[in-house]
Amino acid sequence: MNILVVLVPLALTLGLIGLVAFLWSLNHRQFDDLEGAGWRAISDDDLPAPPGEATKP
Amino acid sequence: MTLAFDAPRDFSLFVRTGAAGTEAMDLAVAGIKCAACMATIERGLSREPGVVNARVNLASKRLTVEWEKGRSGPARIIDRLDELGFRAHPFSPARVDSEEAREEKRLLRCLGVAAFSAMNIMLLSVSVWSGAVSGMNAETRDFFHWLSGLIALPTAIYAGRPFYESALKALKAGAVNMDVPITLGVMLALGMSVVETFQHAEHAYFDSAVMLIFFLLIGRYLDQAARRRTREVAGNLAALRADTATRIAADGSLADLPVEAIAPGDLVLASPGQRIAVDGVVVGGVSEVDQSLITGETRHVRVSEGAEVYAGALNIGGQLRIRVTRAEGGTLLAEIERLLNAAIDGRAKYVRLADRAARLYAPMVHATAALTLIGWIAAGMAWKPALIIAITVLIITCPCALALAIPAVQVVATQALFRRSVLLYAPDALERLSEVDTVVFDKTGTLTLPDAALANRAGISDADLALAGTLAVASRHPLAVAVARAAGKPSPAPDVREEVGAGVTALIGGVEARLGSLAFCDAHAEGERVGAAHLDASLIAFRHGARVIVFAVEQGLRPDAAETIRRIVAAGYGVRILSGDRSEAVRRAALALGVADWRGDLKPADKIAALEALKAEGRKPLMVGDGLNDAPALAAAHVSLSPVSAVHLAQTAADGVFMGENLRPVAEALRTAKIARKTMAQNLWLAVGYNMIAVPLAIAGFVTPLIAALAMSGSSILVTLNALGARR
Repeated sequence: MNILVVLVPLALTLGLIGLVAFLWSLNHRQFDDLEGAGWRAISDDDLPAPPGEATKP
Repeated sequence: MTLAFDAPRDFSLFVRTGAAGTEAMDLAVAGIKCAACMATIERGLSREPGVVNARVNLASKRLTVEWEKGRSGPARIIDRLDELGFRAHPFSPARVDSEEAREEKRLLRCLGVAAFSAMNIMLLSVSVWSGAVSGMNAETRDFFHWLSGLIALPTAIYAGRPFYESALKALKAGAVNMDVPITLGVMLALGMSVVETFQHAEHAYFDSAVMLIFFLLIGRYLDQAARRRTREVAGNLAALRADTATRIAADGSLADLPVEAIAPGDLVLASPGQRIAVDGVVVGGVSEVDQSLITGETRHVRVSEGAEVYAGALNIGGQLRIRVTRAEGGTLLAEIERLLNAAIDGRAKYVRLADRAARLYAPMVHATAALTLIGWIAAGMAWKPALIIAITVLIITCPCALALAIPAVQVVATQALFRRSVLLYAPDALERLSEVDTVVFDKTGTLTLPDAALANRAGISDADLALAGTLAVASRHPLAVAVARAAGKPSPAPDVREEVGAGVTALIGGVEARLGSLAFCDAHAEGERVGAAHLDASLIAFRHGARVIVFAVEQGLRPDAAETIRRIVAAGYGVRILSGDRSEAVRRAALALGVADWRGDLKPADKIAALEALKAEGRKPLMVGDGLNDAPALAAAHVSLSPVSAVHLAQTAADGVFMGENLRPVAEALRTAKIARKTMAQNLWLAVGYNMIAVPLAIAGFVTPLIAALAMSGSSILVTLNALGARR
């Protein structure tokens, strides 16, 4: 049963890491806009515009 | 092209100063539907010189813009958004909003902590439960219990606060709510478990206590999130009304200011075609105003110097200069405000279903636990095991499912209503809506559309309408606007001149064309003929050479009004019309809609009296109205709805608003509320059913932590799944 001395703190630490990550993202306003963030990831705004499209409004 | 004056707009009220010479502002934006809109706005604004950052929140449909001071400004940004196809208006987030957001964050934080510890304690508990079968030694079990306690106690102290605080508040007020038995259950479960752990006992209930907090927090959080979302949408709607007034400064210069920035004593200018945004006294100018939003009367009223005008009136004729007054003592607004307060007080007595259940539930549970203790001791058991059994009764009856039963339905139904263009502000409106048996409609602006439209479109040829339209688009007169809209907003004819108070003229094909009053177009004969056919309509004439056309403009019925009323009647509701408009106009509308029970010429107090009479008959009326004169009636009714075009005060008094041109949302709100109420009742019975099975087991002393955990989570999930039925 000595393995518990390792495993139980390990399980708790892993859980705590998850909790801290959650609280961090909550405090950094990661949950403020749940819809927009997903779409931002697939927008191509950060790529250079293909030639000919640069002048479009 | 138009003679109407565009004053510079002043948005300084909404601008906040950021770091390093930047300024920022929040805007509510209409028409954001998808990610493409978001990209268009952000890209469009970031090309604007001086704009540092533009970020759309797709969930709340709001935009935050930051710019370098002096290089851009609020008016420029709003114009740019307009070019991009989005109507936007700045707003300063209200204090209530940020408080709600903070409460939501707090609940989410509590939920995160509860989830973490529920997970870990369950890990330990499952080991203990399986260890009981496979022969775990007592030291390991104690170790696991101690560990569970170490996690559970701080969690319960931190994550349980929302319940303790609410329970304490209820107890201080001498009432009992659902949080009282919850708090008691958690405390007892924890206390007993600590004592049991000290004595190396076989069972500890740390997992029950934490899981209970976890499940309840989910319900609490969903409830709060739905409420915040309602507030957000309502805030956007309020901001997009963009109530501004043109203030005349001491030096004669003009500026468009948000109404919040206008103080009593200020002088404001009301242009033709504008809604007057303040209460005041006319100090200069002569005009006609449409007060239908205020009194329900569709006929225009002449005003001149010394006349009182109210916020919400539409200025038809000429320019007015208005001295802003505070509406104090005896004025229409103050009178309505007074009636409103009295009516709202009456409604605050409503007791929600959940609270009624709590009142019944808490004493019953506590009595059962006490009887169990006494019963076992009387049967000859030692006091300690008897006490443990009594406490398990309390733990197992802790109203997890009961506390979820109603909020879960509330959240689901609110979202279903939202999809059907109905937004309920009041948290208990859904329950009150489900009890309605009579629907009372106001006429003007509720059964009819708030914007006037052509009534004799069928009698006019397309070519004539198109020609008149080219003149009409150049004017801001509401009647001309209606003609222009009917003509599909063509591009204006060249060189249109406006003669103030009469109409507009232009040369079309070398012949003079005129659009304006009957006298201006010399169209009295034609006017009389059209006027006889459309008694409620306002007339506007068009002359092109010898050709004379008279347009009848009136507020038409909402396109689906008749069908919706038929649906409401078919569903078994009584329908009535109570209107402040002339009886004759009300009679015709009632006839067209097939409503037998109508009354016109009603003052605000008459409307309240009519509603009180309905209530005295034992009926529960739903009032649907939009005018200032409806506001007290909206507050006095059992429950009330306003169209989104209603005056601000009416919207504040109503329990919710419906959006769009159609009346159908009213019928759908009634239907959804009925379904929601049924689901709530079902859920309560499910929770009771769970107790019927679990409580006898607990009284008999058979309940172990494993059974408690299974029963609690099982019933919670069942109730939540059932709540999804309210989505229909």
